[in-house]
Amino acid sequence: MKARIAGTALVAALIVFAGYAALFIAPTDSRQGDIYRIMFFHISIWLAMFTALTIACIGNIAWLATRQLKWDRLGVTGAEVGVACCTAGLITGPLWGKPVWGIWWTWDARLTTTFLLWLLYISYLLLRGLIEEPQSRATLSAVFGIFAFLDVPLVYMSNRLWRTQHPQPVIFGGPDSALDPTMGKVLGLCMVAIVAVTILVLRDRYRLEHLRHELGELQQEVESRSLDTQPVTGKDI
Amino acid sequence: MGTVRAAAIVLGKELRLEFRTRELLNATIVFAIIVVVLFSFAFDPTPTESRRYGPGLLWIAFLFAGSLMLHPSFGREQSNNTLDALRMAPVSSFAILLGKMLANFLFLAVAELVLVPVFAVLYDVSISGIIGRLALVLALGTLGIVVTGTVFSAISAHARMRELLLPLLLLPLLAPLLVAAVEATASLFGEKPFLDRTWVAFLAGFDVVFLTAAWLLCDFLMEE
Repeated sequence: MKARIAGTALVAALIVFAGYAALFIAPTDSRQGDIYRIMFFHISIWLAMFTALTIACIGNIAWLATRQLKWDRLGVTGAEVGVACCTAGLITGPLWGKPVWGIWWTWDARLTTTFLLWLLYISYLLLRGLIEEPQSRATLSAVFGIFAFLDVPLVYMSNRLWRTQHPQPVIFGGPDSALDPTMGKVLGLCMVAIVAVTILVLRDRYRLEHLRHELGELQQEVESRSLDTQPVTGKDI
Repeated sequence: MGTVRAAAIVLGKELRLEFRTRELLNATIVFAIIVVVLFSFAFDPTPTESRRYGPGLLWIAFLFAGSLMLHPSFGREQSNNTLDALRMAPVSSFAILLGKMLANFLFLAVAELVLVPVFAVLYDVSISGIIGRLALVLALGTLGIVVTGTVFSAISAHARMRELLLPLLLLPLLAPLLVAAVEATASLFGEKPFLDRTWVAFLAGFDVVFLTAAWLLCDFLMEE
C-alpha cells in the first residue's frame, strides 16, 4: 500500500513538472507559435497508446496459450486504456491540425489507420460486453483482438499505397524536422511522464478487474451457500 | 477423414439447407439491389459521377450484404443447438470452418452475379470486355469478406445482439479490403481498363493473412 502511494505521488510530481516544462520551459516555435505545445501531449499519448495496446495483444495471445484468466484481465485492461489514449490523441490531433494545417482532419495514412484502430478496439470492448460466460468471452475476444491487431498494418499499407496513387495537396511537414534541443528534452520528459501515468492507470484498472472477478466468485459462493442452508418448509413451496 | 472431404460434406450440408428455402440468398440479393438503388436517390449521379463512384458503391453493397448474410452461418447453428453436433463430428474444426467459408463464398458470389449486371445497366457501365478480370477482383474480394466474416460469425454467435454485433466487428476490419477492391475495380471501369496488379496482390495478401489466422485460431472458435 505504501509503495502504491509513493509511486502515485512520484508520478504526480513528474506529470506536474512535465506540464510546467511543456508550457514554460520549452521555447515558442518560430512558425507555429504557442499552439505547437499540444505536441508534448499529443505525441506522448500515442506512445502511451502503443504501450497499452501492445499489452492488450500480449494478454490476448497469452490467454489462448495458457488459459489463465489473469491474462484475459490484462487484455481488457490494455484495450480499455488504449482506447482512452487513442480518444485523447484523436481529439488533440484536430485541435493542433486546424490552426497549423488549416483543416481539422485529413484522410492521410496515419490518421486513417488510427481512426480504424480506435473503431476496432471499441468493437473489441463491445464484444466483451455482450458475451456472458467468462471463458468464452476471453477466448472469442482474444481471437478478435488478434485479427484486429493483424489488420492494423494492412490498413496502414492500403492507405499508403492509396495516397501515393492519389497525391493530396496537404502539407505534412510536422515540427519533427529539426526539433529545437530544449523542445526535444521536454518532449522526452513528457513522454516518460505520460507513459508513467498510463502505467499507473493500467495497474489500477488491472486491480479493479481482479477485484471484480473476486467479487463475482464470492457472490456465487454466497448464493450457493444460502441455497444449501435454506430450510425448505411446506409454505415456501 | 481428410480435411477436404469433411469440408466438402459441411459445404454440401450448408447448400442443401440454403436451397431448401433460398431465404438467405433472396434476402441478400434484394438487400444489395436496394442499396444500389438508394444510392442513386441519395446522390443523383451523372454518368461521369457514376463511373467515378460506381466501384465504391458496388463494394459497399457487397460489404453490407455480406455482413448481414454471414450471420446465420453460425447463428443458425447456435439457435438450433446444432453446433454441439458439429463439434462432436470426428473432423478438424478447420474443416467445419472451411466448409462454411466455401458455402458463404458461393452464396455471396451468386448475389454478386445478379447484382453486377443490374448495376451495369442502372449505372451505364460496360463490363463486356472486362468480365474475366472483374471476376478475379470479385473473387479475391469476396474471399476476404467470407474468410473474416465466417470467423466473426462464429464469434458473434455466442454474444447477445449478435445480428447487430457482426457488422460492428466485420466492417472496420474490412476497411483495407474495401480500399483495395474499390481501386482494383475502378481501374477496370476506367476509360482504358487495366488490371491494377498492386491492388490485386494486396487483395490476395489480405486473403492469405486472414485465412492463415483462421487456420491457426479455428480450434479456439469451436470449443465451448
